[in-house]
Amino acid sequence: MGGGAAGLRAAIAAAEASDGLDIALVSKVYPMRSHTVSAEGGAGAALGPDDSLDLHAFDTIRGSDYLADQHAVEAFVAEGPGEIVQTERWGCPWSREPDGRLAVRAFGGMSVNRTAFAADKTGFHLLHTLFQTSLKYERIVRLDEFFVTSLLLEDGRCVGVAAIDMRDSEVRCITAKAVILCTGGIGRVFSFTTNAAINTGDGMALAYRAGVPLKDMEFVQYHPTGLPGTGILMTEASQGEGGYLVNNEGRRFLEDYIPSKMELGPRDILSRAIIEEIEKGHAFEGPYGHYVHLDIRHLGEKTIDKRLPFVRELATKFVGIDPVHEPIPVRPVVHYMMGGIDTDEVGRTRLPGLYAAGEAACVSINGANRLGSNSLTECLVFGRRVGRLAAQDALVAAAPSENPVVRLAEAEQERLVASYLEKETGTERVAAVRRDLQAAMERGAGVFRTEESLKQAVEEVGELRERYADLSLDDRERAFNTELVAALELGNMLDVAETIVRSGLDRRESRGSHTRRDYPDRDDDRFLAHSLAFASAEGPRIEYGDVTITRWPPEERKY
Amino acid sequence: MADRTMTLKVTRYRPEHRPEPYFDQFDVPFREDMVILDALNHIKDELDGSLTYRWSCRMGVCGSCGMMVNGKPRLTCSTFLREFGSKPVVVQPLEGFPIVRDLVVDMTAFMEKLRAVKPWIIRHSEPSMEAGEFLQTPEEVDRYKQFSMCINCMLCYAACPVFGKDPDFLGPAVLALAHRYNLDSRDEGWPERHQAIAVDWGIWDCTFIGECSVACPKGVDPAAAIQREKVAKTTDAMFSMMLPFGGQA
Repeated sequence: MGGGAAGLRAAIAAAEASDGLDIALVSKVYPMRSHTVSAEGGAGAALGPDDSLDLHAFDTIRGSDYLADQHAVEAFVAEGPGEIVQTERWGCPWSREPDGRLAVRAFGGMSVNRTAFAADKTGFHLLHTLFQTSLKYERIVRLDEFFVTSLLLEDGRCVGVAAIDMRDSEVRCITAKAVILCTGGIGRVFSFTTNAAINTGDGMALAYRAGVPLKDMEFVQYHPTGLPGTGILMTEASQGEGGYLVNNEGRRFLEDYIPSKMELGPRDILSRAIIEEIEKGHAFEGPYGHYVHLDIRHLGEKTIDKRLPFVRELATKFVGIDPVHEPIPVRPVVHYMMGGIDTDEVGRTRLPGLYAAGEAACVSINGANRLGSNSLTECLVFGRRVGRLAAQDALVAAAPSENPVVRLAEAEQERLVASYLEKETGTERVAAVRRDLQAAMERGAGVFRTEESLKQAVEEVGELRERYADLSLDDRERAFNTELVAALELGNMLDVAETIVRSGLDRRESRGSHTRRDYPDRDDDRFLAHSLAFASAEGPRIEYGDVTITRWPPEERKY
Repeated sequence: MADRTMTLKVTRYRPEHRPEPYFDQFDVPFREDMVILDALNHIKDELDGSLTYRWSCRMGVCGSCGMMVNGKPRLTCSTFLREFGSKPVVVQPLEGFPIVRDLVVDMTAFMEKLRAVKPWIIRHSEPSMEAGEFLQTPEEVDRYKQFSMCINCMLCYAACPVFGKDPDFLGPAVLALAHRYNLDSRDEGWPERHQAIAVDWGIWDCTFIGECSVACPKGVDPAAAIQREKVAKTTDAMFSMMLPFGGQA
């Protein structure tokens, strides 16, 4: 499920693993529309001569505020370079050194230049390369614009999915010996996000409702540099290439916060610094709130056009500012979900037959804060791992029995018709409930959180659930009913939002992106642990699981 | 807030109710920084939840939101309302494609065409992964880079008079993509890929009107790609099979 980088990489890995498999690539959008397309800066891997696997692992673990599982990080850094080379072999137009080798650039929280890039459209090029390469495999059958509404379960096993064919809103039942969720992130749960409209946490909600816990959901990454208003991302590569963050006094204020790294500090620290500058009155004020300046003018037009052309295109088009001549207004913006479907280091969930990878999954290599440029590599490494594993498992798994599964799909169709398409009661609009949810999350679970703000958010999400039950659609057609899909997405968003605020409320410490004003310190005695949110009738039940430490004992996170 | 409104005339097509497309008219509050997509979202969120269109990234890179705006193919997320003064703006589905619903077109045939030109690296032999990446100089990247910028938004199809008459035409984006791989120093697939495009419904269907290149929001020049593939001779194919890197290095 899902046709972004992780889903495509998994599909290709499965296709290469065996001739004897039928692989369906199910996605609610055509694969090349997936949100991977918007990734800009690059993909991190220890490729350079001054780099090492241990250094990449340490940077990742320190960046994670010691919440990453170190055995998974070790596997991740070890397989990263091979995956970058693999996509190069498949034709990805990576940027190059003059001698033809892959080029790497600086990124936040990384000790050395480690980020492979295709100018600043890395995600776009990677996605199209993977998608085009996937077309080579006739075994990969695409089900484009199919929206998955539930997992089919039989005898404690996931045996497929029920999905709406958006063409006619009919539920189709897709049976499978293995189901991989690669459905991306949750950015749209918040009102101000870099994420595309499609990032509504669908796969996470599917797994959660099927009894699989969502892990570390309190860790939501704010990217320091989004355009006010739209939230469009200005890549961290802007700083990697030498850009400055400047306050309204014209000062590079990061010298007060992280002088050793300045603009190349990790995202959680930079986002907090910007919010504090805003609170101190050191920010600019505009129609969409306060902001600081990202200044890349000193890089010069030639470098900007060569290395950051998309930043120039986006700033010019969407805020009318040419960064060659003017600084860019930026503010912290919801960007990435560190948490997700609880998996092991090969992508297995605790529900037999169900797997996950990419942003939808939580392995976890990202812990409490992901380093910039690790996510594309994560999609590749764990996409391949899970694709191979699921293929092996599928070859020996028994076929699901036909009858119960067909009945499940029929029941699902009846539910959709009764709850949405032919529902006669209800007064709430999808957009109104969604907007209020996003505002509640922004207020309650932002860069800085408190017991009070999170409790408030828990309450508000609960009220929104009641309003959701009173939804009424304008659109009752069967042909391409996007309002039906939006309503189902909103249901997923509510589930996921609830796990974010509940997990956040229970984690009474500050770690990585989760900053509690009332608990400003990290508390390893109580919280060096993954939170696990289980669905229950009373809402999420939070348990804790161990963090795997191999060679890097937790210490104070210093830069 | 908004002190004035703008009027949008939008194509509706609801096959379960009316056999033919028709127009609906909506007034939306105007803001200076508002794009057409914002106006459509305002309609869907506040006025009529049944208005149907595709969109996702709202930053001009996912390629979902192409529509005809006042008769021209545009990405609606990147087209500002202020461009149109105070006159009503007409929004229609991309021209030349069957309509599924309102502003959503059927792109099944486009997807099949993409696959038909083998848009992947083809090689006679594959060095082991231990050998690392293929070397490719920045100059070699620059040879094909432009043609790798296509976001599959299909605006060039809506602009192409040939596609308007012949829906089987492989079309600008797909032919440019074939050219992109043909120019790639890592690729050796020129003969079979050229065979796939040197057909009546491929490069020979193009009459070099060049509207595709004008319509492209990403600076790709499909018209040039097609002309360059036209002048490539069979002898080039022979050369490319004998030389390393498809004769492109």
